[in-house]
Amino acid sequence: MQKVFDAMLGWVDARFPLIKTWEEHLSKYYAPKNFNFWYYFGSLALLVLVIQIVSGIFLTMHYKPDTQLAFASVEYIMRDVPWGWLMRYLHSTGASFFFITVYLHMLRGIMYGSYRGPRELLWLIGMAIFIALMAEAFMGYLLPWGNMSYWGAQVIISLFSAIPFGIGDILSEWIRGDFVVSDATLNRFFAFHVIAVPLALCGLVFVHIVALHKVGSNNPDGIEIKKNKGPDGLPVDGIPFHPYYTVKDIVGVAGFLIIFAAVIFFAPELGGWFLEHDNFTPANILQTPPEIVPLWYFTPYYSLLRATTEEMVTKGLLPLTIVMTILTVISVRNVLAKMAAVGIGSVVVVCLFIFEAKLWGVILMGLGVGLFAFLPWLDMSPVKSIRYKGWMFKTALIIFCIDFLVLGWLGTQPASGPNVILAQIGTILYLLFFFLMPWYTTFDKTKPVPERVTQ
Amino acid sequence: MSNDGVNRTRRQLIGVTAGLGAIGTGFAAVPFVLSMTPSARARAAGAPVEVDISKLAEGQMLTVEWRGKPVWIVSRTPEMIDSLKNLDAIVADPDSAKSIQPDYAKNASRAIKDKYLVLVGICTHLGCSPLAKLQAGAASGMGDDWLGGFFCPCHGSKFDLAGRVYKNVPAPTNLDVPPYSYVSDTRLMIGVDQKEGAA
Repeated sequence: MQKVFDAMLGWVDARFPLIKTWEEHLSKYYAPKNFNFWYYFGSLALLVLVIQIVSGIFLTMHYKPDTQLAFASVEYIMRDVPWGWLMRYLHSTGASFFFITVYLHMLRGIMYGSYRGPRELLWLIGMAIFIALMAEAFMGYLLPWGNMSYWGAQVIISLFSAIPFGIGDILSEWIRGDFVVSDATLNRFFAFHVIAVPLALCGLVFVHIVALHKVGSNNPDGIEIKKNKGPDGLPVDGIPFHPYYTVKDIVGVAGFLIIFAAVIFFAPELGGWFLEHDNFTPANILQTPPEIVPLWYFTPYYSLLRATTEEMVTKGLLPLTIVMTILTVISVRNVLAKMAAVGIGSVVVVCLFIFEAKLWGVILMGLGVGLFAFLPWLDMSPVKSIRYKGWMFKTALIIFCIDFLVLGWLGTQPASGPNVILAQIGTILYLLFFFLMPWYTTFDKTKPVPERVTQ
Repeated sequence: MSNDGVNRTRRQLIGVTAGLGAIGTGFAAVPFVLSMTPSARARAAGAPVEVDISKLAEGQMLTVEWRGKPVWIVSRTPEMIDSLKNLDAIVADPDSAKSIQPDYAKNASRAIKDKYLVLVGICTHLGCSPLAKLQAGAASGMGDDWLGGFFCPCHGSKFDLAGRVYKNVPAPTNLDVPPYSYVSDTRLMIGVDQKEGAA
């Protein structure tokens, strides 16, 4: 038996680098031995991707991308298709869990400085995955053709119309394929949601793992294990991914699936957080829901958008730009860099006066997502991991996490009264976490980093 | 990279070939990009809509669908029309200079006949449909100093009874007035321009 198996393996291996791939990426891929709880979320995100693709395939067997039929076909899946409700709840709960795992995965990266060199490109590929994931979630949300689907899409596509010089209107018309969100929009969002974006996502995830295995994993101590190799040429602080981390990750998968199944079977709507109640009525072109609220994973950015009023631009963004420009000019030594800072600062100030608040809201929303991409170059600390960073970074990160959650909560609440002021303060704090990072990471008192990883 | 032993002619030809290939790819992308623009059917769907306003009581509003958008017809009371003057100071664009409306509706009441206001019910901020809060005062749930108008629940924009936007709200311009005309005293045609000197 063993002989037959070996012969078959030999036959394949002569025609495909099977054993080489297995060894390079699993049995002889050396990962730091001190991975902790936070290192579960990468493999869990991959698991959710698989769950989404599989449940999605089974949903497309019954779903109809047509404004006349879409809403009813989702109800048909829920009521008449055998186990259809499970497929749909797997998919809708999976969407929220995708963002939970990805947000925790990103927080892990920020805590342990996983974005720092030589992993900058790995982080940027991750950012591309994050943006593709948001596009995927947004387009999928239109498909049930509920009233929140319709008006949510209407608002987000209208964001593009804020682009000046007449480009915006043409662009939003091109995205919709019509003058309003209509059958053409639904049909193309279906095409993007089921093939174009998932294809891109899978490609990006593949590239993300290839880049990871090129530079090697970071770890909670932020030490390069490749710098400390034993006489056998292998990192002394490394252990092979298989079997050590495959087994560890399976424990994570088991724990995750318990929570995931509990939500699916006992609270698939999670009180309106995972499936919004306003989306249980079909799209009505003449009637906006009382509050347009995106799902929870978009609400922090939605808060940034809503906080940007005329007053916010003149009393918040304008002073912020001026202060940041002065701070930069004082801090950089190079004369050319000083001039560049003054130049960029004055252009932004002039633009703040020229363009309307609507455009700045969209820009801030974009920054809310895009600023993460700059972290590798904003963080100037001599150490990577939060374990060896000082109080300044720790305080900044705690404030940012609380701020992110508060903005997320505010995004689900009516935009009036004290909520607006609170969201505006939150917006400034959000921006300052990134904008001030070069300063607080430079002046922070760091602890010495050990030679070997700690337990 | 060393350039020794490079056949320069071949190198240039490779460059030219690659450039032409890129141009060809660009042209090939055009049909794909254009296939996503509004189709002939979508363009043709903008037929005008005729509305009977004989049963619309004073102070009431009627909503019809035109080109997939809600269009509001509000029968304004004399007090409502009078209140507009008091708002000139607190609306962002009192003369509708920056806003979209046909020339025949670019006046103090933003209408052909003062009594009937016709608006596209889509907020100029991000395309939500604002709520009608026509009654002045606390009855609309908008506070005692509210003079009647529209409120967008999505991002808090406020408009007066001529669709003019208040200052310091996210919406940049007044609500659009669609092209419309009077077929008779009690019938409106949404989507067809009023002829010069008529009505």
